[in-house]
Amino acid sequence: MILVIAEQRDGTLNRATWEALVAAQQAAGGDEIQIVVPGASAGASARELAAAGVGTVVTLSHAALEPYTPDGYVLALAQVIAALAPQVIVLAHTYQARDFAPMLAARLNRPLVTDVTAISGTGPQTTFTRPMFQGKLAAEVKPAGKAACVVTVQIGAFRADALKKGAASADVKDMAVTIERAAIRQTPEAPFQEARQAVDLSQAARIVAVGRGIKSQDQLPIAEKLAQAMGAELAASRPICDNGWLPMERQIGSSGQTVAPKLYVALGISGAIQHLVGMKGSRTIVAINKDAEAPIFEVADYGIVGDLFEIVPALIKELEK
Amino acid sequence: MKIAVCIKQVPTREWQPRLRDDKTWIREQDASFEMNEPDAYALEEGLRLREKHGGEVVVCAAGPARVQQVLREALARGADRAIHVEDDSLGSADAFVSAGALASAMSGEKFDLVLTGLQSDDQGHAQTGVVLAERLGIPHSTIIMEIQVQDASVAGDLEASGIRVKRELEGGWFQWVSMPLPALLTIQSGINQLRYATLKGIMAAKKKEIRKVSLPAGLQPSQQIVALALPVRSKQTQMISGSPAEAAKELVRRLRDEARAL
Repeated sequence: MILVIAEQRDGTLNRATWEALVAAQQAAGGDEIQIVVPGASAGASARELAAAGVGTVVTLSHAALEPYTPDGYVLALAQVIAALAPQVIVLAHTYQARDFAPMLAARLNRPLVTDVTAISGTGPQTTFTRPMFQGKLAAEVKPAGKAACVVTVQIGAFRADALKKGAASADVKDMAVTIERAAIRQTPEAPFQEARQAVDLSQAARIVAVGRGIKSQDQLPIAEKLAQAMGAELAASRPICDNGWLPMERQIGSSGQTVAPKLYVALGISGAIQHLVGMKGSRTIVAINKDAEAPIFEVADYGIVGDLFEIVPALIKELEK
Repeated sequence: MKIAVCIKQVPTREWQPRLRDDKTWIREQDASFEMNEPDAYALEEGLRLREKHGGEVVVCAAGPARVQQVLREALARGADRAIHVEDDSLGSADAFVSAGALASAMSGEKFDLVLTGLQSDDQGHAQTGVVLAERLGIPHSTIIMEIQVQDASVAGDLEASGIRVKRELEGGWFQWVSMPLPALLTIQSGINQLRYATLKGIMAAKKKEIRKVSLPAGLQPSQQIVALALPVRSKQTQMISGSPAEAAKELVRRLRDEARAL
């Protein structure tokens, strides 16, 4: 049996859970799938998942699971896993999964394979593909032991629309778990957003984004000029915003905005996965980078290998003709 | 406050992947190495906490002899001393082995706060910190952007002290989380502005202690790399060559005529 751990907050299902289900169907090879939904407000998400008819849905509606804490989740999920004895446990590689899945795996002494992009084979022969070295290499990984393992799947790597839905909706049942309040050591406060984002990059038709290759803040005007010539918004990868060269609200990637413009021009961006997840849905992607091996070229439609300080002025000149 | 910062040594950003003949690891002799970037931010945060609240910063690493380089660098930036779990096999170890090795060397030290980067730029499991917290039996929080120390810990009154940390969620959301000390935090890049070693720091580092610890027996890898390869391209990228002027002209033409993106 394959167990999928769904993610929900205040009754809203995280869409990445559907991708985890697609990965689970692939790993199951016809084997049974069950879905566990933790949280006191699990009901709505559980019904939505049950309607897809993929597998039995188990809610954990214990009051101590809302709000989320890693300690509470691990205490509850360890009991679920002991009771259901799944062969593989699948979840989406979200920030929440990164927070508790390693603790769960360590407590159960089961291998944890993270950020998986592809699954080959089923049963004990299963191997998982995941990026290493910032996406410069792809590793095929085999969990030790009897393939009883925990797997997190990269956001966007499995297409939610590939889900094979069942003819009838599945059963929903609640499982009672024991959680001592005192055993939860973290006290979380309500999530919040910093000052409302003034720039909504998701509405931009074209985006020119800069990365480390721009080298210094003094060089930013060259990218601004290109953006102007293209009628594009200026954006950046995380390191540029970390350095304070551009405000955080112009950051594209898993911790910033997710965009899918008509045209995305990546200047000096190597293409770490945290950036790619925020822009790989763009219709046309151009990458300009001095490193021919940079992962950004894997998602680019057009690529130029070379010095952006030579190519960008030439581009501006060409556009202004 | 007694602070540990775990650092890893990883290939530099400019490194071009070259594989060993058996294709299960890289050719380390062709790589040059540097401090894992998120770990550098963790170190900086540790140094800032010490400046504010007193105590000491101990840098810890698990790796082959080559990782001395990043330990020396951390000492030059201001860490007080270092612990090095040294073994050749640790260069390609998975997160469970790295965390197990660090836990065995660190458990006797009774640190108040353990900081790690949120993930490494080599294997990138994003697990070692959290697994280490579990092995040390202390609470954790991940992807941290700010640390507030509540009731600065004074000797003999550690129970009363705790931390409140700003955890990054996805898409521009954040959350404050409080927990008692001792605790472990994984640090997000950009939490602070990094400092670099001064000449004085480099000289002082030469006299600082690096305690070597051997790898404890019985740590089992949780996963095995069957093969490493260049990633499969999801798109057919059309590479445009020529001089900058030629390439620019051709790109603009294709964006206008082919992609209709301009």
